[in-house]
Amino acid sequence: MALLNFERKYRIRGGTLVGGDMFDFWIGPFYVGFFGVTALFFAFLGTALILLGASMEGTWNPWLISIDPPPIEYGLQLAPMADGGIWQLVTICAIGAFGSWALREVEISRKLGMGLHVPIAFGVAVFAYVTLVVIRPFLMGAWGHGFPYGIMSHLDWVSNVGYSYGNFHYNPAHMVAITFFFTTTLALSMHGGLVLSAVNPGRGKTVKTPEHENVFFRDFIGYSVGTLGIHRLGLFLALSAGIWSAICIVISGPLYEGSWIDWWDGWKNLAIWRV
Amino acid sequence: MADYQNIFTQVQVRGHTDYGVTEGTNSEPRYNLTATSHLLGRIGDAQLGPLYLGWSGVASLICGFIAIEIIGLNMWASVGWDPIRFFGQLPWLSLDAPLPEHGLKLFMPLNEGGWWLMAGMFLTASILLWWVRSYRRAVSLGMGTHVCWAFAAAIWLYLVLGLIRPVMMGSWSEAVPFGIFTHLDWTNNLSLVYGNFFYNPFHMLSIVFLYGSALLFAMHGATILAVGRYGGEREIEQITDRGTASERAALFWRWTMGFNASMESIHRWAWWFAILCPITGGIGVLLTGTVVDNWFLWGADNGFARF
Repeated sequence: MALLNFERKYRIRGGTLVGGDMFDFWIGPFYVGFFGVTALFFAFLGTALILLGASMEGTWNPWLISIDPPPIEYGLQLAPMADGGIWQLVTICAIGAFGSWALREVEISRKLGMGLHVPIAFGVAVFAYVTLVVIRPFLMGAWGHGFPYGIMSHLDWVSNVGYSYGNFHYNPAHMVAITFFFTTTLALSMHGGLVLSAVNPGRGKTVKTPEHENVFFRDFIGYSVGTLGIHRLGLFLALSAGIWSAICIVISGPLYEGSWIDWWDGWKNLAIWRV
Repeated sequence: MADYQNIFTQVQVRGHTDYGVTEGTNSEPRYNLTATSHLLGRIGDAQLGPLYLGWSGVASLICGFIAIEIIGLNMWASVGWDPIRFFGQLPWLSLDAPLPEHGLKLFMPLNEGGWWLMAGMFLTASILLWWVRSYRRAVSLGMGTHVCWAFAAAIWLYLVLGLIRPVMMGSWSEAVPFGIFTHLDWTNNLSLVYGNFFYNPFHMLSIVFLYGSALLFAMHGATILAVGRYGGEREIEQITDRGTASERAALFWRWTMGFNASMESIHRWAWWFAILCPITGGIGVLLTGTVVDNWFLWGADNGFARF
């Protein structure tokens, strides 16, 4: 079941980090491995805790379910279940599940003889999440500074935290992060479009070559980064977007508490143009 | 260590400049303006140029130059032509949209919006001509026009912000100013005036596709680099004649998340995610003030906002 026609020859033992051959098997298309078991454990427990929290909160509207962090007064203590303890446990489960997932990707990469680029890239996303719910709350001295787990409630959190530092658009690291997000999307559209345009030239026409791809971009903007370079560039842009997002939030509070609008007074007062 | 992870090119070969395919193209000659850069060669192709201009390229560059001149000179004039103050205050300087009392007039005093309208006209002409260029280059090289239509999606958002929505609202003053902080303030105010943009479902979708694009490019870029030792970056060859790079890349995701794209379809996912970001974003902006006055109240009416 669920085997691609070329898949069998790749389904070989080995490559595991933990557990030897014990969990070295597949269920349907999924590889299991030791970290598949731990990922499943944390995912189930975390989901069950979210459902428990929702039942205690009293709404099943998926937009409005929210698992809130403990009030600021609890500082860095463990909070009662009904008062943010569920959020703390869900956070532990999330980090456990994400970490397991990354290590499971490492095992799959090793099994397939691939580099570890994907688990490392995923690690950057996990790092950004950990920055939001562990590093920054820890630096500010209260778990209450984490964001709530809910669709609308996390949006409200983003909005409120943004305005509590004046205007987040003026946060220079936020500017850099947004620029990387937009640039990633631009580069992705150009890469996707270029490959599709080379292999789908229209009915009756011959599929084009990487030389055509290069010439199109050299003609279009004077430079073509090439088939290998675009994947390095894309990975760099995407990871930079995540890293600068983490930076822009972790400096807000631990490093700088004022309004980001006022932060730019420093630029205005630079010696060269101060009057 | 990074050298061995296919992050940098270790050995650069310098041959003659590649002037590119000419078969079947009936275009003007390329300008023999080329250079090589060692640093660019560390991550990608070392060759810069040759340059192709063509009539649409020349016209686009002229219009773009005029637009930037109008914007820059207006900013410079606003600090009394003082070059030091120009750089000192650059982030705050702005060429603002026309005053509200001028509505949709095409002629108004230059300092009350005339310069803005002129800059916008030239910038729009420049962008549209650059689109024509992207289309003509693709066609004359015998390629599909996917890149042009992706570019058109971005132009849609640009036109909604500066032309379509202001026309529907009946005033140029609704449009975005040309300035670093002022365009950020405009964005912020649009959200505040219309009751919190986070409750705008099309804004939600646009953000999903923005973050989704970053996710997809991280996944795709990392996957291709990880199968680089099997020639994974030769995507066209892998699409037309599937090799072990493609098979391993597909199985990686199948075993990880139970689903995989193919070497061709990943580029369709990429293209759609990227173009849907400005398309949904443009819809979200266009509905704001024209159809919906307050996104928070709209959310409350539809059961997802809580007082």
